Amino acid sequence: MASALINVPKTAKRSDIIEIKTLMSHIMETGYRHTATGEVVPRDIITSFTCRFNGTEIFRADLFPAIAANPFITFFTRATDSGKFEFEWIGDQGFSETASASIIVE
Amino acid sequence: MHKPNDTTRRHFLSLAGGAAVVGAVPIVTLRPAEATPAMLASAIRNVVGEAAVRTGKIKLDVPPLVENGNTVPLTVSVTSPMTPGDYVKSIHVFNEKNPQPNIGNFYLGPHAGRAQISTRIRLADTQKVVAIARLSDDTFWSASVDVVVTLAACTEEVI
Repeated sequence: MASALINVPKTAKRSDIIEIKTLMSHIMETGYRHTATGEVVPRDIITSFTCRFNGTEIFRADLFPAIAANPFITFFTRATDSGKFEFEWIGDQGFSETASASIIVE
Repeated sequence: MHKPNDTTRRHFLSLAGGAAVVGAVPIVTLRPAEATPAMLASAIRNVVGEAAVRTGKIKLDVPPLVENGNTVPLTVSVTSPMTPGDYVKSIHVFNEKNPQPNIGNFYLGPHAGRAQISTRIRLADTQKVVAIARLSDDTFWSASVDVVVTLAACTEEVI
């Protein structure tokens, strides 16, 4: 849990456009770097990020090694109902993390 | 000021100075007709297929001069009403000289309200960054920015 940072407004007026900011702690090793002895450091990145609101996908991203370490992604959505945002990060070497945040829409 | 066949050092310095001056102006440069390296072109082809890509509608915000290529803030926004009939389906970001041409694909929908995403990227070299938006009518719009990078990312040695 400590590895994800989510910023979602706690409340919003109906049909307001809100910004969602997410940060997942991850090294995002590119797979193109070498150690001093010449071995390639194997790739270890997050490849997919998904945000669902009350079970419906509202935002998705495919990530590549060119995304900086600790992927920080922000996007917007329209507040329609009170509910729960669920966030999911999936990556190499079995990486999988989830987080969630609730919003009250008045 | 100097002849075209002047010594390389002077030529380089004047070019570098010119680049710095151009880079200091925070204007998005649009260069649709420029020949792009093969990898970038094929990555774009994979996304757009045979459709034409026009410039406009999309805005790419990247600092023109970057000290550390390991973390470069990037914001892409598209002018769109974001209604069920007219919205942005996806935003794709590419680069020219990293080991891989893709940076990220971002999928939105009409519920997004505003077609804008931000993230932080890596740049391995001074190069061009290209963003392409796919709208709901399956037209593609692009913008590109030239970024000068002093410390490269991606391929440096692990200490």
